[in-house]
Amino acid sequence: MAKIKNLADLRKLKDQLKSKSNLGDKGGQHEDLVQVKISMATCSIASGSREILNYLVDELEKRNIDATVIQTGCMGYCYAEPTVEVTVPGKEPVVFGYVDNRKADEIIEKYIKNGILLEGIIPVNYQKIDE
Amino acid sequence: MSEYKIYLLVCGGTTCKSQAGHALAENLKTEVKNQGLSDVAQVVITGCFGFCEKGPIVKVLPDNTFYTKVKPEDAREIVEEHVVRGKKVQRLLYKDPKTDKIITDPEGMKVYKKQVRIALRNCGAINPESIDEYIARQGYEALGRVLTEMDPQQTIDIIKKSGLRGRGGGGFPTGMKWELTAASKADQKYVVCNADEGDPGAFMDRSVLEGDPHSVIEGMVVCGYCTGATQGLVYIRAEYPLAIERLKTGIKQAREYGLLGKNIFGTEFSFDIELKYGAGAFVCGEETALIHSMEGKRGEPTMKPPFPSVEGYLGKPTTVNNVETFANISSIILKGHEWFSSIGTEKSKGTKVFALAGKVNNVGLVEVPMGITLREVIFEIGGGIKGGKKFKAVQTGGPSGGCLTEQHLDIPIDYDNLIAAGSMMGSGGMVVMDEDDCMVDMAKFFLEFTVDESCGKCTPCRIGNKRLFELLEKITKGNGNREDIERLVNLGNVIKDTSLCGLGQSSPNPVLAMIRNFPQEYDAHVVDKKCPSGVCKALMVYEIVAENCVGCTACARACPVGAITGERKEIHTIDKSLCIKCGACMDRCKFNAVIVN
Repeated sequence: MAKIKNLADLRKLKDQLKSKSNLGDKGGQHEDLVQVKISMATCSIASGSREILNYLVDELEKRNIDATVIQTGCMGYCYAEPTVEVTVPGKEPVVFGYVDNRKADEIIEKYIKNGILLEGIIPVNYQKIDE
Repeated sequence: MSEYKIYLLVCGGTTCKSQAGHALAENLKTEVKNQGLSDVAQVVITGCFGFCEKGPIVKVLPDNTFYTKVKPEDAREIVEEHVVRGKKVQRLLYKDPKTDKIITDPEGMKVYKKQVRIALRNCGAINPESIDEYIARQGYEALGRVLTEMDPQQTIDIIKKSGLRGRGGGGFPTGMKWELTAASKADQKYVVCNADEGDPGAFMDRSVLEGDPHSVIEGMVVCGYCTGATQGLVYIRAEYPLAIERLKTGIKQAREYGLLGKNIFGTEFSFDIELKYGAGAFVCGEETALIHSMEGKRGEPTMKPPFPSVEGYLGKPTTVNNVETFANISSIILKGHEWFSSIGTEKSKGTKVFALAGKVNNVGLVEVPMGITLREVIFEIGGGIKGGKKFKAVQTGGPSGGCLTEQHLDIPIDYDNLIAAGSMMGSGGMVVMDEDDCMVDMAKFFLEFTVDESCGKCTPCRIGNKRLFELLEKITKGNGNREDIERLVNLGNVIKDTSLCGLGQSSPNPVLAMIRNFPQEYDAHVVDKKCPSGVCKALMVYEIVAENCVGCTACARACPVGAITGERKEIHTIDKSLCIKCGACMDRCKFNAVIVN
């Protein structure tokens, strides 16, 4: 029951997936959804990212915010775990470090709802190869 | 509350902060308030930009303007010109040191981004448990092209021309390795992914497997096609449960999509991957030991040749590559060998992932182009030394590598330069040490590890390393002499020359490098019987300075072994034969009367 039988199948699937969920690639159509990514590598989980993931999923729903919460691997900012990256439609992604429940609450109330940045956000310091 | 129109981001990294970055942020806040712009602009103190050399830094959003070396008194001009009039303050913009050209956005952004992520391209960006997200970012496209449009030799040629070298530490050219296996004739061949990461302080491979397992799977399948193998094996330590889980999920998804299994992409080529668990022995990172362990035998190395490419797993030709090596493959195929070889130095192409650990501010996982300097990695990306202490050394290559010092900070990092400097690339651990670290104690730490991890098969490694360790212990206890240092060097060199495998051939490296780079520190231990960094407890003597002691009895009460005596309001003394050197008295004394020698 192979789904992908040739290269054309793969490319078709890729295009479908790209239009369905914009994964932060630039230039694509931005969705209306707020995208929240949480670093969930072993080290992040050890620093408490699983609780933050659960908290964000629950709270975003309770507060009626259209958002997708995605677990990712290590973002590389080990000193500031747990780390969370938020992409508000039409804006550059912002990385928040040392996130606890209080900070997660601030991220929702201040940044996602009102566009106010929090002290201590982490500047992205690497080049992506698809830029 | 409404949304702000302009954001002024001020770097709050340790280095910038120490250069009046804090005052700058305060001034900006005051200016914004005074000019009645509180509803328009927000001043935000951020984490480190990794560009400390040019700090303090102010970045303005949304137009991405990048101001460098900003002083607190520049705050007014930035607010008046940029925020109010919308004009950039030219004199504060970043100038390219070579061309003296002012760099504005968006290229300006790239200047301070010293990291380039190839192996980590998807780490932290996609859900590692979703093959769809990987495919949406061009995942498996490289495999599709290779299988349907290229023959194995063409693909090997691309890898060869790219200049990719093994990322596990040795730096053997990957394309050549594949070619050797491809040239071996056999009814069955294997691809092995070495995920037996074991250096203290290293977590690159774990992060790649946890963050982007499909990139490794894809690289393995390409390798299988090139070498004529139909079975892949990942040798991974059982201590990495999450990496194992994500890899299993990835393999399952790839099978469901037909990207693993029979007739991949409708071609004649079939390939599947199986996991083999290791118990976490360091020596099993050595490829012959790894293969024996996978076969269910003791994880002990054997002489090479025969190389695994001729006689490997179950006696069949086998390609063994590291996790990070595989993670690079698909990008090279998609973007071309010219692109890949344009990054890096003459003989070391592409990037390297390092696990930056120890006494730096920004501990983390970094991927940098080959040829970057240690100074840039430690002082820019790493944000400098913790607590403003002085840099002393950095250990690269883990327990097989050596330490590099101040004088090596500006050499471009690549395989050959690091070896020339007396260390090695290794798999990518980078442990930074500051003035508080003792080089005898550090050498002892790494040797203790190799003594534990030696498999015991050959005598030089099994007994020699143990003797090295004992000599170091003797020195840290204060019983060493000059001859012991000579003995360390002689024995170390013999172990290097006579051991069977890479573990023993490299295990004396840390101690030899430390003796070479810090002879005065070793001398201090054996001649003066002192530890300049105050680490070796046996060499420390706590004393009470009579002039400062007021007889408050605080130290005596704090002493857990009753080694301090003295009447109230009289000078106290420490009985050195009882003292356990815990330092409690020193912490408690408010009059700086307790000192340590």
